[in-house]
Amino acid sequence: MSALLEIRDLTVRRGECPVVDHATFTIAPGECVGLIGPNGAGKTTLLRAALGLMSHEGRSSLAALSARARARQAAWLPQAREIAWPVEVERLVTLGRLPHLPWGHRPGAVDRAAIAAALARMGLTGFESRRATELSGGEQARVLIARALAQESPLLMADEPIAGLDPAAQIATLETFSNLAREGRAVIASLHDLSLAARYCSRLLIMDKGRIVADGRPEDVLTEDALARVFHLRARVHATADGPLFQPLGVVT
Amino acid sequence: MKVAALPRTLGLGPSGPLGLCLAALLLLLFAASLLIGYTAIPAGKALSALIGAGDSLHVMVMREIRLPRTLLAALVGASLGLSGAAMQGYLRNPLAEPGLVGVSGAAALGAVIALQTGLAAAFAQALPLLSLLFAMGTVGVLLLLAGPRGGSLTLILAGIAVSALAGALTALVLNLSPNPYATAEIVFWMMGSVADRSMDEVWLAAPVTLLGWALLLTLGRGLDALTLGEDAAEAMGVSLGRLRLMLLAGVAASVGAATAVAGAVGFVGLVVPHLLRPLTGARPSTLLWSSALGGAAMVLAADLAVRLILPDRDLKLGVVMALIGAPLFLHLIYKTRRQGS
Repeated sequence: MSALLEIRDLTVRRGECPVVDHATFTIAPGECVGLIGPNGAGKTTLLRAALGLMSHEGRSSLAALSARARARQAAWLPQAREIAWPVEVERLVTLGRLPHLPWGHRPGAVDRAAIAAALARMGLTGFESRRATELSGGEQARVLIARALAQESPLLMADEPIAGLDPAAQIATLETFSNLAREGRAVIASLHDLSLAARYCSRLLIMDKGRIVADGRPEDVLTEDALARVFHLRARVHATADGPLFQPLGVVT
Repeated sequence: MKVAALPRTLGLGPSGPLGLCLAALLLLLFAASLLIGYTAIPAGKALSALIGAGDSLHVMVMREIRLPRTLLAALVGASLGLSGAAMQGYLRNPLAEPGLVGVSGAAALGAVIALQTGLAAAFAQALPLLSLLFAMGTVGVLLLLAGPRGGSLTLILAGIAVSALAGALTALVLNLSPNPYATAEIVFWMMGSVADRSMDEVWLAAPVTLLGWALLLTLGRGLDALTLGEDAAEAMGVSLGRLRLMLLAGVAASVGAATAVAGAVGFVGLVVPHLLRPLTGARPSTLLWSSALGGAAMVLAADLAVRLILPDRDLKLGVVMALIGAPLFLHLIYKTRRQGS
């Protein structure tokens, strides 16, 4: 199958300084990719530039598409969790169907099924008529993920989707993502929780100072050397029957 | 299943009980505005006078005084309500109002210059035309100031700068005015009114206003998407640059035309969307057309109040609107505060 996202030599500069420096990778259907790296490594910039939301050099297959085609190809979940008006949860999730609705059309049976499925995946069945702004921060985050899921795009791009969720919701969200990948879609999500990233992602991209310094299966890239160099962490990675287990021990000074 | 209740979402046209209620209210106030006035004319005679039949005095009153006044009140109100809803939706801020981008200030400046230079006296439509021109010019200045990719914050700041400049220049014109009559005329004009207008003003304002409405009413989809923030909306296929351009052009055309023919009428664009938001499920697209209907109804009602409360003192519409709007707004703030705690 053809790649869902193809990035070649993508560079974003802030003034002279490159924030993303010649990033090159492709994402194929079936992959659940974790984008990891310390604060300021350029993860958000990379994702936004890949979508064509900011000016960049190099090539991104998504940025080359028309706005409408891109919205059908990739759903984007920004880090800032914005819900401007006290709308009902169901209506908010319905916004994810916008790219599929011709102008002036109302959501049909297919849209309603997508919305119900997205709500169910995020454990939000029963929340439909609650006001989104009156929910807790973690619940709002789940509603916004459901919105992106309702878009039913082949690729889901999420910027720190699990930050601020309770542990069960974090795991449930990543399980949802890896299920999406198993269904033939693909996910790329920036993450800070390395143990969860190692456990649920099929592939990890490590970013450091704007560059992609490692790209591969979690057990191959999460080496003790890489952890010390990029994350300044003293840590151990155990290979277990449940996948690699990451255990931080201290900070490298 | 719960899913069956869904299809109201993303609807674009007036529908459901809210649309019907607002339309009925508007119709009622429109009729009242035609039937209530200084000259008592029975309803039947008034309606036949509208189509040119009956007593010539009645025909004159209906067709040359009440009809233009009523039409203008409805046009102005709808423009202000619609623009207010669009601005609030775009800026995602319930305190936004059409005046925020400086359009009304600039339109007022144009009118003041027309009055002061005597242009308005020399040529009857000079005032609304100059006023409209200034409103349109504002869009260019705003786009220059805010840049091609500027976010909503830059737009607000640019709007505040333009407003302040227009206000300062208006004050300068008043300050330097050698003629106390012109000064008085300017001051009264700035209070806003739809009284003593002719069909000429309606014909001048209507095409521009309708163009503005057409632009603003297409924004529903983009404004709905903006509920999720600028980044998410753009990734869903909404072109923010185009949206902003249409918004500015739409607000400038409709509010510019409204200010040109009726002077400055405040609070409608702020209060009407605020009042109707809870009734529309807070959906920006639904709020657009309902605020247009609600704004028209509110200004018609205020203009009726002007005629009924002090019929012989020429109470100004803008003054009454502020007197109604400010306490209403205070009440809304109080309610919001209570809900918040």
